[in-house]
Amino acid sequence: MQWQLLAAQLINGIALGSTYALIALGYTMVYGIIRLINFAHGDIFMLGAYFGLIAISSYNLSLIPAMIISMCLAALVGITLDRIAYRPLRQSPRITVLITAIGASLLIQSLAQLIFGADYRSFPAKAIPIKIIRLGSIIITNRQIIIFGTAILLMILLHLIVNYTKLGKAMRAVSMDKEAAQLMGINVDRVIAFTFAVGSALAAAAGILVGILYNSVDPYMGTLPGLKAFVAAVLGGIGIIPGAVFGGFFMGIAENMVVAFGSSTYRDAVAFAVLILVLLIKPSGLLGKRVQEKV
Amino acid sequence: MAANELLRISTLSVSFGGLKAISNVDMTVYEGELVGLIGPNGAGKTTLFNALTGLCRPTSGEIVFSGKNLSKKSAHYISRQGITRTFQNIRLFKSLSALDNLRIACHQNMSYTFLGGILKTKNASRQEEEAEKQAWAMLEIMGLSQYAHERSVNLSYGNQRKLEIARALVTKPRLLLLDEPAAGMNPAETQELLHLIRSLRSDFGVTIILIEHDMNLVMNLCERIFVLDYGVLIAEGSVEEIRSNEQVIQAYLGADV
Amino acid sequence: MTKRNIVVTALLAGFYLLVQLLAAKRVLLPYDLQILGLICINIMLAVSLNLINGFTGQFSIGHAGFFGIGAYASAYLTVVHDVPFLIALCAGAVFAAVIGIVIGLPALRLQGDYLAIATLGFGEIIRVVILNIPQVGGARGFSGISRATSFGHTYLFMILTVLIIKNFISSYHGRACIAVREDELASETLGINTTFYKVSAFTLGAFFAGLAGGLFSHYMGYINPAANQIGFLKSIDILIMVVLGGLGSITGSIGAAIFLTLIPELLRGLAEYRMIVYPIILILIMLFRPAGLLGGKELSWDALSRFYQRFAGKRQKQRVTGDGSE
Repeated sequence: MQWQLLAAQLINGIALGSTYALIALGYTMVYGIIRLINFAHGDIFMLGAYFGLIAISSYNLSLIPAMIISMCLAALVGITLDRIAYRPLRQSPRITVLITAIGASLLIQSLAQLIFGADYRSFPAKAIPIKIIRLGSIIITNRQIIIFGTAILLMILLHLIVNYTKLGKAMRAVSMDKEAAQLMGINVDRVIAFTFAVGSALAAAAGILVGILYNSVDPYMGTLPGLKAFVAAVLGGIGIIPGAVFGGFFMGIAENMVVAFGSSTYRDAVAFAVLILVLLIKPSGLLGKRVQEKV
Repeated sequence: MAANELLRISTLSVSFGGLKAISNVDMTVYEGELVGLIGPNGAGKTTLFNALTGLCRPTSGEIVFSGKNLSKKSAHYISRQGITRTFQNIRLFKSLSALDNLRIACHQNMSYTFLGGILKTKNASRQEEEAEKQAWAMLEIMGLSQYAHERSVNLSYGNQRKLEIARALVTKPRLLLLDEPAAGMNPAETQELLHLIRSLRSDFGVTIILIEHDMNLVMNLCERIFVLDYGVLIAEGSVEEIRSNEQVIQAYLGADV
Repeated sequence: MTKRNIVVTALLAGFYLLVQLLAAKRVLLPYDLQILGLICINIMLAVSLNLINGFTGQFSIGHAGFFGIGAYASAYLTVVHDVPFLIALCAGAVFAAVIGIVIGLPALRLQGDYLAIATLGFGEIIRVVILNIPQVGGARGFSGISRATSFGHTYLFMILTVLIIKNFISSYHGRACIAVREDELASETLGINTTFYKVSAFTLGAFFAGLAGGLFSHYMGYINPAANQIGFLKSIDILIMVVLGGLGSITGSIGAAIFLTLIPELLRGLAEYRMIVYPIILILIMLFRPAGLLGGKELSWDALSRFYQRFAGKRQKQRVTGDGSE
C-alpha cells in the first residue's frame, strides 16, 4: 500500500525535521547576531547526545533530567567556544572566523573521538521503552511523538525567551544593529554569549532526540545533521527564527520523501541540492529580504 | 567649446524598490567639457554615476555615449568604451602597492592570451614592459613616484585620492567621473587638486564630470553645472546662471548665498 | 633563458636525479618514494586552491570534489576503456575543469561565506554522485587501477602546475584576479570582467586539482569516495595547507604542503593526535596570524637577499651609530 508508506515516511520526516529545526535555530541565531556560520554547531549537537547518553547509562538518570543536564553542559561548551575562538576575532574578516569555526568543529570531533572512542554507541533502550501506536493502518511510535513534542515545547520556550525576556529583547536588538545596541547600554558580548548558550542547549536537546530516533551515537554524527540544519536555516532565511523552524521541517520531510520515492543513497545529497537551489534563486531564503551592497 | 556631443542621457530613471533615486533626468555633455554635478545629500548624484558606469541598472531611459547605447551594459564593458570613475569613499586596491594599482588599471590596454602569459611570450613581455612604463609615467605625472612601492592604504588621504584618479586615467578614458574628489581635503590640498584637474583636461583631453560639495571648487573649475534635487534635474547652465537660479538657491544653496 | 632559470632547472633536475639514485641504492624505500609523490600531489592541490582562495579571493571549500572527479574519471578511462594513462590523466583534468565551469558560473555569483557553503555543497554532491555510480565501485571504492603514476610523473606535473600558476599570476590576467579579490566593483570600473576572471581562476584550479586526482588514483591503485579522500575532510586538509602557508603565497602553499604531508609520518606514534593538532594549528593561525605564515609574500632569492641585506645593513649601522634606528 503506497499511501501507508508515504504516511510512515511523512511521520519520520516530521520527527527528523523537528530535530533539524532545533539545530537550525542555533545556526540562525548565531548568524543573525554575529554573521558567522558556526560550523562547530553540529558538533555541539553531537556532544549533547553523548552527555545525554552518559547521564542515562552511567548515572541512571531518566530522560528529562538527563536532557536538562546535557543542555546546560552544551551551553557551557558553546560559551567557552565563543570566548576562546570567536570573540578575539570580532573585528576580523568573516572568512577568518569561518576558518576558525571549521577548525573548532574538527577539534571537537577529534576530542570526542579521543574521549568517547570512535565506535557507535547505542542509546539505552530503557530511556524510552518503545511503544507502537496504531492509527488505523498508520503506525506511529511513542518515540516519534516524544521527539516532536519535546521539540515543539522547546521552540515555544525559545519564542518566549526571545520575545518576552530582557536578554531576548537585547538579542534582537544586537542582531539588528550591534553598534546601536551597544550605545543603548547593551553588553553585546554578554548577549552573544547568551545566544551561543541558548543555541547550544537546543542543539544538545536535538542530539539526544536524534540519538533516541536512530538509537546510535558517534563522534561524527554531528557533521551531516549540522550541515543539513544549516541548509534548513538558509532555506528559511538565515537570521530569521521562524524560518529555521520551517526549514527544519521542510528538510526532514524532503529527505524522507527522497528515501520513499528515490534512492536512500541520495538522501544526503538532497540537502545540498536544496541549498544550492536556494542560494542561486533566492539567497536571502524563502522568508528573507534582499540586501544590496552600497557603493 | 562648440564641440561634439559625447554623452547624452535621456529620461533616465533609477529606482530601488519603490524609491525613485533618479527620475527622468536629461543631460548632455560635450567633448572636452568640465562639468559640475551638485545637489544636496541624497539628491541622487552618486546614483547617477553608478548608472553611468553600469554599477546599477537604470529602470528606464537611455545613456548614449559617443553614439553607443550603454543603458543595459555591464560595468566592464562601459569602462572599455571610455567611461571610468573614482569613488566617494576611495576604493583603491588597499593591500597592493601604488604601482600595482596602476598596473592593474592597464588591463584594457593589454591583449595577450592566457597561454601567452603562461608561456611568457615575447609579445606578453613587451606588453608587460609597456604597462609598467605607463604606470610609472602616471605616477610621475601625479607626483607619486616616491610612493610607488608603498601599500596604497598607507598613503596620505590626499595622495590616495590622487592615486585613484591616476588609476582611472591609466585606462585612457574619454569621460572621467570624479565623485567628491576634494572630500576630506584641507584648503591647500583642494587648491592643488583644482590645478591638477584643470591640467588633466588639457593634458589628456578627457571630459570630466565632477560631483562636489565644495562650492568654491565647483564654481572655479566647471564651465557648466547641473543641479539635482530629490532625483530630479532642477537646473543646468553656466556658473552665473546657477548662482542666480531661484530654484537652486531655494533647494540647495539656501542661506549661503 | 636567464642565468637564474638555468640554475633553478639544474637544481630541480638534480633533486630528481638524487631521489632516483637514492631509490636505486635502496636508501629511499618505495614507501618513502610514495610519500614524496604524495607531497607533489598535495603541492598541486594547495597551489591550485590558493589560486582560487588566495589570489582571486573566492572562498572555496569544495576543492576535493575536483580532485575526486579527476581521480575517478581518469581511472574509469584506463580501467574500463583501456585509454593510455597520460591521455586519461589529461582527460580527467579537462573533465574536472568542465565541471568547474558548470559549478563556477552559478556559484561564483555568491560571495564570502555563502560561496564557501555552496562550494561545500557542490563538493558533497560530486561525492554522493560518484558514490552512486556502480561502474566505479560505488561505496566500496574503485580498485584494480593500474599503478601507472611514478614519482617522476608527480614531480614533473607538480613543477608544471607551479610554473603555470606562477606565470598566470604574474600576467595581467592574474593581476585581474588579484584585483577581483581586492575590490570587485572597482575592478569592473577599470574594465575587468570580474565574472570571467572568477570563473577562469576557479576552472584553472579545478583543472589542476583534477590532474592531481588522476595522478593520485594511479599512484595508489585504489580510490574510495570517503569524506577524507574526495570529500569535505579532504577539502579541509587542502584548505589548511593554503591557510597555513598564507593566502596568496605560492611558496607558502608549497612549504605547508610539504610540512603537513611529512608531519604525520614523522610523528608516527602520535597518529591519533594528528586530528587534534591540525585544528589547533588552524585556530591558532587564525587567531594570531590570519594571513598565514608567509602572508601574501613569496619566499624567493630576492626576498631572502633583501632580508639579509637589511639585516646585515642594520647590524653595520648599529656598529657605526650605536643604535638600530634607520
